[in-house]
Amino acid sequence: MSNTLALGSKRIGYEVRQYFRQGDTVFFTFLFPLVMLTIFSTAFSETSFGLDEDGNDVTAAAFYLPAMLAAGVLLSGLQNMAVDIAVEKSDGTLKRLGGSPLPVFSYFMGKIGQVFVTGLAQAAAILLLAATVFQVPLPDEPGQWLTFAWVFTLGVVTSAILGIALSAIPRSGKSATAVIIPITLVLQFISGVYLSFTQLPEWLQNIASVFPLKWMAQGMRAVFLPENFEVLERGESWDLPGVALVTLLWLVVGLIASRLTFRWIRKDS
Amino acid sequence: MTTEPIVSVRDLRKNYGSVTALDGVSFDIERGETFALLGPNGAGKSTTIEILEGYRDRSGGEALVLGTDPSRGGLAWKARLGIVLQSSGESGAVTVREQLSHFASFYPNPRSVDETIAAVGLEAKAKTLIRNLSGGQRRRVDVALGVIGRPELLFLDEPTTGFDPEARHQFWDLVRSLKSDGTTILLTTHYLDEAAQLSDRAGVIAGGTLIDIGAIDEIGGAEARTPVVRWFEGAAREERTTEPGAFVASLQARLGTEVPGLEVIRPSLEDVYLGLVSHEVSASLDLVSTSSTTGSAS
Repeated sequence: MSNTLALGSKRIGYEVRQYFRQGDTVFFTFLFPLVMLTIFSTAFSETSFGLDEDGNDVTAAAFYLPAMLAAGVLLSGLQNMAVDIAVEKSDGTLKRLGGSPLPVFSYFMGKIGQVFVTGLAQAAAILLLAATVFQVPLPDEPGQWLTFAWVFTLGVVTSAILGIALSAIPRSGKSATAVIIPITLVLQFISGVYLSFTQLPEWLQNIASVFPLKWMAQGMRAVFLPENFEVLERGESWDLPGVALVTLLWLVVGLIASRLTFRWIRKDS
Repeated sequence: MTTEPIVSVRDLRKNYGSVTALDGVSFDIERGETFALLGPNGAGKSTTIEILEGYRDRSGGEALVLGTDPSRGGLAWKARLGIVLQSSGESGAVTVREQLSHFASFYPNPRSVDETIAAVGLEAKAKTLIRNLSGGQRRRVDVALGVIGRPELLFLDEPTTGFDPEARHQFWDLVRSLKSDGTTILLTTHYLDEAAQLSDRAGVIAGGTLIDIGAIDEIGGAEARTPVVRWFEGAAREERTTEPGAFVASLQARLGTEVPGLEVIRPSLEDVYLGLVSHEVSASLDLVSTSSTTGSAS
């Protein structure tokens, strides 16, 4: 087991190094939320998204910051994993690993570690951009950051595991982005990332509430939006227990699906 | 001293749906031996090798690789194998040395990374990203990854496809040095000269059955290896004879001069192989036409 863990941590370094050497993943996964935050903050720079407790305007950048953090978790986790593993399946990477004595557990440790490291770097970059360029005030209470820590960690791990499960769907590496990106894009639109969640029709909110992104975005809003914004949420509450519950549920679903579907190679195809 | 064979295959069968890709193949590979599996595309070579590597499940028969059923081989078993697959198209965003050091860490007793890089002739490319290598250079990385774990048994599935002649000769030297270290090798190749250079024994597979097996210089039988004397006498003439020296002497005596266009040819492995396979194809046209409809079964 210690060997499995040692190999797993080697895999993390190997995976992270590869990640940053691939221009397309760096752009579409890593930089994408940063680009979107910049676009929204610039496009709506004259618009007020409401007032905080002290009567200050909430800027577009402040309003979109939690949404982009949630989108980053989805992209770094689900989209990145699903595409990455589907490509590795079809380009022979998995076949080669499957013929080597690398434990499957170490492989997944490397993948989830890669998502965690790149997701964390991405979140840091988003926060830095928001705080410096767009002057978004960041929370100063440790409790808020604690909430951020668990929402982020739970979100990124769940997202990565769901990505592993979804990697079974694309039939080839070439079709992987075409299959996966529409899923993540639709989720982002209905889960309150680009559009304000409570302004969506009731039935669409109900649909989105089944999926974890809505809850991750809500958890991020609880951290970064002023307290008086809580009344704008469904049920006038951040509902953090709900965030934890639904995300954990999806984590379990993802673990079971990954366990059932993952193979080094499709035997006899 | 009696030792168990490294690979032992008995009556191996594989069906893809209603198509029979392997129909009762049996052979052994002894420790330290280089065994070539020859045959046309779609004959069942890759199916055989992939069953032995643990990538495919067999439909029937027995297979033991290093004493283990390959369909149940665990990590400790995989650590004793080296596998060079037929093709690879990995993204290659790591350097040659990074990739080899990484894979070396999977094995309990790996070879030195630098020596392995040198053995495949990639010293100058050690710090190059694999995606920036040429096809032949990438193939050498595949070979290096196959041997980095110091395998007892090495599978080489068409290892030199895409090599230039010089690279092929370097590769042959590498295989010979592995062999002299005691590595057992199972090789498939389309280059009959390669099989003749490297292997001790060969099996010829066609239409899913083993049509011949034997020492590399005996396969096909003595008959198929009978030398041919060719000369010119009004027209191109040829004669198959087991005593070419005496025949040429009598020819020269009869013509009373240097024999025009004289050639004495010993059939190469390629000639012997083509004779075997074409015989088999005409003997079992039905079987070949069924198996040729299944490209993926090759």
